[in-house]
Amino acid sequence: MHDMSAHAVQHGAPTSFLRKHVFSLDHKVIGKQYYALALVAVFVGMFLSWLMRIHLGWGSFAIPGLHLLSKTGAPGDVMTPEYYLQLMTMHGTIMVFFVLTTAPFAAFGNFFLPIQVGAEDMPFPHFNMMSFWVTFVAFLVLVASFLVPDGPTLGGWTQYAPLSAVGSVSGPGQGLGVVLWASSIAIFCIGQLLGSLNFITTTLDMRTRGMSLMRLPLSAWAWFITSVMGLTAFAVLMPACILLILDHVAGTSFFVPSNLVINGQILPHSGGSTLLWQHLFWFFGHPEVYIAIVPGMGIVSHVLITNMRRPMLSHKVLIYSMGSLAVLSYMVYGHHMFVSGMNPYSSLAFSFPTLVITIPSAIIVLIWLGSLYGSKLRINAASLFALGFVSMFISGGISGFFLAQPSIDIMLHATYFVVGHFHLVMGVAAMFGIFAGTYFWFPKMTGRMMSEPLGKLHFWLSFVGAYCIFMPFHYLGIAGNVRRYQAFTDDYLIPLIPVHKFITIAALFTGAAQLIFLYNLIHSRFKGAPAPDNPWEGTSLEWSTATPPPHNNFGDTMPVVYHDPYQYSIEGASTDFVMQTSPEQLKNPHEEK
Amino acid sequence: MAKIFAVTIILIAIGSAIPIVMHTWDMPQDISTHGPLIDEQFKDTMLEAGISFLASQLLLAFFIWKFSDPKPGAKIKSFPGGAAGLVIAAFVLVGTEVLALGVFGAKAWASVYFAPPAANAMPVQVQAGQFAFYFRYPGPDGKFGPIHVDQINEANANFFGIDTTHDQDSKDDIVTAEMAIPVNREIHLLMHSKDVGHSFFVPELRVQQDFVPGLDLSIHFTATKVGKYEIVCTQLCGLGHYNMKAYLEVMSQEDYDNWIKQQAALQ
Amino acid sequence: MATTVHEAPKIELDRLPRTGSGNGGWRNLVPSDGDLRRIKDHSPMPASTGIWVGLASITMTFAAFTSALIVRQGGAPDWQHISLPPVLYFNTLLILASSITLELGRRDVARFMGGLRGRVASPVRWLYITLFLGVLFVAGQTFAWLELRSQGFGLSTNVSYSFFYVLTVAHALHLLGGLGGMVRVIAKLNKSVLRRSTLDATSRYWHFMGALWLYLLLLLWMKL
Repeated sequence: MHDMSAHAVQHGAPTSFLRKHVFSLDHKVIGKQYYALALVAVFVGMFLSWLMRIHLGWGSFAIPGLHLLSKTGAPGDVMTPEYYLQLMTMHGTIMVFFVLTTAPFAAFGNFFLPIQVGAEDMPFPHFNMMSFWVTFVAFLVLVASFLVPDGPTLGGWTQYAPLSAVGSVSGPGQGLGVVLWASSIAIFCIGQLLGSLNFITTTLDMRTRGMSLMRLPLSAWAWFITSVMGLTAFAVLMPACILLILDHVAGTSFFVPSNLVINGQILPHSGGSTLLWQHLFWFFGHPEVYIAIVPGMGIVSHVLITNMRRPMLSHKVLIYSMGSLAVLSYMVYGHHMFVSGMNPYSSLAFSFPTLVITIPSAIIVLIWLGSLYGSKLRINAASLFALGFVSMFISGGISGFFLAQPSIDIMLHATYFVVGHFHLVMGVAAMFGIFAGTYFWFPKMTGRMMSEPLGKLHFWLSFVGAYCIFMPFHYLGIAGNVRRYQAFTDDYLIPLIPVHKFITIAALFTGAAQLIFLYNLIHSRFKGAPAPDNPWEGTSLEWSTATPPPHNNFGDTMPVVYHDPYQYSIEGASTDFVMQTSPEQLKNPHEEK
Repeated sequence: MAKIFAVTIILIAIGSAIPIVMHTWDMPQDISTHGPLIDEQFKDTMLEAGISFLASQLLLAFFIWKFSDPKPGAKIKSFPGGAAGLVIAAFVLVGTEVLALGVFGAKAWASVYFAPPAANAMPVQVQAGQFAFYFRYPGPDGKFGPIHVDQINEANANFFGIDTTHDQDSKDDIVTAEMAIPVNREIHLLMHSKDVGHSFFVPELRVQQDFVPGLDLSIHFTATKVGKYEIVCTQLCGLGHYNMKAYLEVMSQEDYDNWIKQQAALQ
Repeated sequence: MATTVHEAPKIELDRLPRTGSGNGGWRNLVPSDGDLRRIKDHSPMPASTGIWVGLASITMTFAAFTSALIVRQGGAPDWQHISLPPVLYFNTLLILASSITLELGRRDVARFMGGLRGRVASPVRWLYITLFLGVLFVAGQTFAWLELRSQGFGLSTNVSYSFFYVLTVAHALHLLGGLGGMVRVIAKLNKSVLRRSTLDATSRYWHFMGALWLYLLLLLWMKL
């Protein structure tokens, strides 16, 4: 017997096509829409990176058809310096916002958080629907900058002032291109805030009977922690973008100081602070990278546990560690600004929490490793990507040791070392988290299984390929290879070009391997083997309901939760795993330490 | 497949370490007085990072090898010490390691930034603008004349906008496109940006510092080895960013005196 | 749509105890013996949590604007002092009054819920007045902006004016959201489908807008 009305969501099953598939209030459809957006975005972003890498390895190479993308940017199919920077800016912006913030958090979170807490839907379905369409509009606004005469902005995804704030006098794309960029991001922020609103209220208010906070799966905790970060981080980025837009269109001088001379003109601005932009941006920017990785940590933990047939050594420690990452992430942002001209005492002040944040990261990795010990590890595409995440996170995280120290940052700031670091953690580890989640949850989301052999092939090519691409970045950085260069003309950089060529080839191969994933995704969607309700023998609530879940997630009866989320391999239990909804009483449940 | 995966991880870990151990791509040689502290810090960090990296990847590989494809009836085992042990290990090992790095690294940082320039440091001004560096020496009077932005005229090579007619201090200023400094002499580098953000990076000198438009800041350093080095811009400044560079020549005091005399004559 | 004095609108009470969803914490765990009779349900209504979440993010946004103002003012010598248009003080009284009228409205609605139907002719009346005061506030702010503009002080005149406009316009835009919420509450009340949590959440937002305005006024007065 249940009472649906008190927290009940107000929408019944939709009937029209538009309501079912386009303007849906159903969190599952919204999650799939976000996934589709991220899928499109990642292939656009990856395509841009191919163009960049080809140009870096072979600068005068005429890429066939490039002039179709931009006549001014690639006359005769050879990329101009400014076009390289424009592609680079769009690559970074699309990947960070529309892939890494969207897929692990908005896509999987929207689909699975309500189910994992035992709710029918999120409490504000209209806001939820709006959050997707607002994000979609933001994507369109961003991509529109490819179509304007001067092209997109070339200032990097970080858009430092005054380059970003003074208008087209500072370079092609710096006029309308910047305004479109800043507008897109401001719109994106609104979408994220609406999403965070739903995630937080779902986790706190919509849990089913018996589902205490500590009984939530680690993926649910990760989404909850991420949504709290998003709430505070995006709420700071939006005003920053608004002020930037005003500097462009309203003649204000928030970020532009006096007496700047560009192209022979003295700019009319006065008194603005370029460092102010950096402070505002990085106050958002550092939590943002944790927003990109924490959902992956939750997903990977969840996938690993199911495939290890045992819970993590401590559920609580992982939750507290992820929480500590979130809290500390606000105190470290100045490590992006060590040599920015900020007070050098501030640099030291920021470096200490940056070093300290390695401790919760290390705890998380050690708990993962320690939980692997003595487990009954199953190898499949999902667990391979989850384990790959661990390896990549170790590699990427350790290069952080160097960058956390201002004295070493003197040598590594703005070099390929930084680019290698963040690509390993974001571009690879976070992506692997998305892949792990996809292979794991595709059956539940679509009712069909993906191809395991293709999944494993995808894994092998991606794992080896990604290391081939991004490990050399660190060596280039140590040698002093500066980033955001479209060509290497300096005496000391010319000997490094062969390394770039190697990286480019690795990147093209690894990129091509992603087409295997795309094929697997699309083919399985229509032709995959029908999936059972619980293909991986999981314990959490998503496996207790039908595949795919019905409109209100659980059918006629809301679930009742009797157990902690990961009761695998219990002594004396009747099966290898005990689902959260199973009324079986356990004599020796895994204790929550 | 698990065992192949484990071996792959080990191969990748060792393979990644090889170029580091073999110093295949190293930091350029250090020619500065504060460089040894930075290099020492880097070496210590690389050692600790290398050990952590290899240990954790090998452990990951070993556990994947050992605990995959379990025999039927295998029992779950708990890691000795459990979660508590690992948390303590993290705090003790990682915590002391990072705090040590932090405390000792602070010394290296302090040697660059917390000591004021020596009283007899030689002042040189560098101006960064899209897409070139220009340098100004104060001449015998030791003073830099004021910058008038409305008088900047690239065509006439008046990059700084100095007014030699009306400003007494500007009359003996020397403007060059190359930076030359005497060896073993402390330089007080005044940094000014004409337009957007730029950065001053000389790897050999172990110096990297952003220019801040609207805020003139300065750094100081001493070069210890004669030679020709590149100054490159590392803060994205527009389409010519990749090409924005100048040469730094460290000369003997005698060569430098000749050079500055020649430059003065060219003004 | 106005109510008549003859037909009192009905308010949905929250039904307690709720069964079937929500779980307040470890006390409400399903015991391993499966006996569910001891379970109580204490989750707050999502609208309540939701509004706090929204207010938190709005606070962060204005915190960002505030720190931008402080940094910007500290850094440059070109800060021009503004004399705040006097109408702002009048607008402040309006918004404070609207909080009072909102509470009067809520008291009336509560009386209905308590069954004192005869005593309250029109519980929606004070809500209409609140709405009207809110609209007047926005009109008053517009008057302030136009007045400054006519004196030649625009967005780009000086950075102090830039912040003045940015802060007051941002506040007014958020207040418009509050007006929308109030319209929704009144409409639901008139159709007898207003939930208490909706009214509470909207009221919290409204009062927050008043408090935020007081903070901004203080900030502008101190800094500009």
